[in-house]
Amino acid sequence: MSFEIWDVHAHLSGVSGTTPEERLGQLLKYADRLGIARLCVMMGMKWNYDPTPEFVRQSNDEVLRAIRAFPDRAFGFVYLNPKHTQASLDELNRCVRDGPMVGVKLWVALRCNDPRLDPIVARAAELKAVITQHCWIKITGNLPGESTPMDLAELAARHPQATFSCIHTGGDWERGICAIRPHPNIYADINGGDPTAGFTEMAVRKLGADRVLYGSDAGGRSFASQLAKVLGADIPDSAKRLILAGNLKRILQPILREKGIKV
Amino acid sequence: MSLQASRRDFLKTAAAAAGAVWLRNAATAKPAEDQLIDTNVYLSRWPLRRLPCDETARLVAKLRANGVTQAWAGSFDALLHRDIASVNARLAEECRRHGSGLLVPFGTVNPKLPDWEEDLRRCVEQYRMPGIRLHPNYHGYPLDDADFVKLLRLAGRRGLIVQVVHVMEDRRMMHPLLQVEPPNLKPLGSVLKETPGLRLQLLNVKSPPLDLLNSGNVSMDIAMLEGVGGVGKWLAEAPAERVLFGSYAPMFYFESALLKLKESPLTEEQLRAVRCANAQRLLATITS
Repeated sequence: MSFEIWDVHAHLSGVSGTTPEERLGQLLKYADRLGIARLCVMMGMKWNYDPTPEFVRQSNDEVLRAIRAFPDRAFGFVYLNPKHTQASLDELNRCVRDGPMVGVKLWVALRCNDPRLDPIVARAAELKAVITQHCWIKITGNLPGESTPMDLAELAARHPQATFSCIHTGGDWERGICAIRPHPNIYADINGGDPTAGFTEMAVRKLGADRVLYGSDAGGRSFASQLAKVLGADIPDSAKRLILAGNLKRILQPILREKGIKV
Repeated sequence: MSLQASRRDFLKTAAAAAGAVWLRNAATAKPAEDQLIDTNVYLSRWPLRRLPCDETARLVAKLRANGVTQAWAGSFDALLHRDIASVNARLAEECRRHGSGLLVPFGTVNPKLPDWEEDLRRCVEQYRMPGIRLHPNYHGYPLDDADFVKLLRLAGRRGLIVQVVHVMEDRRMMHPLLQVEPPNLKPLGSVLKETPGLRLQLLNVKSPPLDLLNSGNVSMDIAMLEGVGGVGKWLAEAPAERVLFGSYAPMFYFESALLKLKESPLTEEQLRAVRCANAQRLLATITS
């Protein structure tokens, strides 16, 4: 059984190449070997936990360069630091309203239940951009600005019109899945952690297959280990089809239609 | 010949016989190019959750369906149980009952428990195990611990493969009441100098020190090797004969390790080495 595969979470890291175009080209060579049709790319070639607006702009410029080189294979998500509200709104307009990007990436600068995120989320929702938020519950201790799925649940409750993906499903996925379950506008992105068996089965059992997204977190993670979470799961093929591409296509459809992008 | 020397010879012979049996079982299953030896599976129950394939029959079906011709099996019970003899007895019996020779038992020994030498003796003499699997972090000793070094020396004399498990799960996601630090691998380099000829395999290691793989007979599995094209990149750095297939099923989705081989552009020779030849070589060394 072969499936169409769209990957909701990839980076320009873990591969050789001195330019964003070269790096995405390298990533796609590996993606091809596993039949992955499209990658959502976010953040640039260098990362910063608490970036300045200039750093963020540079990072997004690199992603723009990469996705413009492979328009049929990659979507871009705009990286924002919500501590800088106006700069974030400007960057949203530049990359999503006026550019080709289709989603937002929020990382670890500020916990996402902070009210400073509200205008950014509201604007993203107006633009129909999907908001992906890094979430982890670390027994070893989160970074000061690192969000948990419980933080995301608070944010999502304030913005029922927005669409969120809970990146890594909180790492500690048994708690993460339960934390986001009451909020139908949050999707579980299963990327990034170890391919621990039972993860995807529990997500499907608690959330339904239509709220689970495949992502890899490549190149830090292998496409292989993350794909195995779906292909190796004890769930029906119909559920795998949704998780591997169907759900992402559905939530991206409004913004793709608005931009005239046919897939 | 002294009594001691004669006993040592007997033990070596027992291990060699065990290795020969498992090697023969692996070799007769399928043609060489179709063989797949999984050096890292577990039986019984992970203490903190049920896993989809933690019934042995189901695990065997999963392995068979994915073309595995032999699987080296440890027991999750080895982590926390103190009656190690019973853990190993159940493991041996479970491997005998399921899979028609697919499962090869790798018993455990905890060198911090009294009478561990007897557990080692049983692994070799009673169960004819070709190797043992150690969990230094769960058993609470560093890799320069004197009892651990003694265990390695005895295991080496008996011709056993010794698997050392680096981690069982991501530190960030451990249960708050069961946080187990991964052991520092650095002391292994000098410890191995004291145990020449020992065949040691590191399991569940993300980035083993290259100098360790280049010194002595040390190998690793691919279960926790990560990054895009990780296996291919690692083979460009590490000696090709030191990288073995290991899935860490049923804790990990078995498909993860298999897809890693597909993700990296590997030569036929590299594929054969990782899938089976390197594991067969380890078993064969026991018999020589």
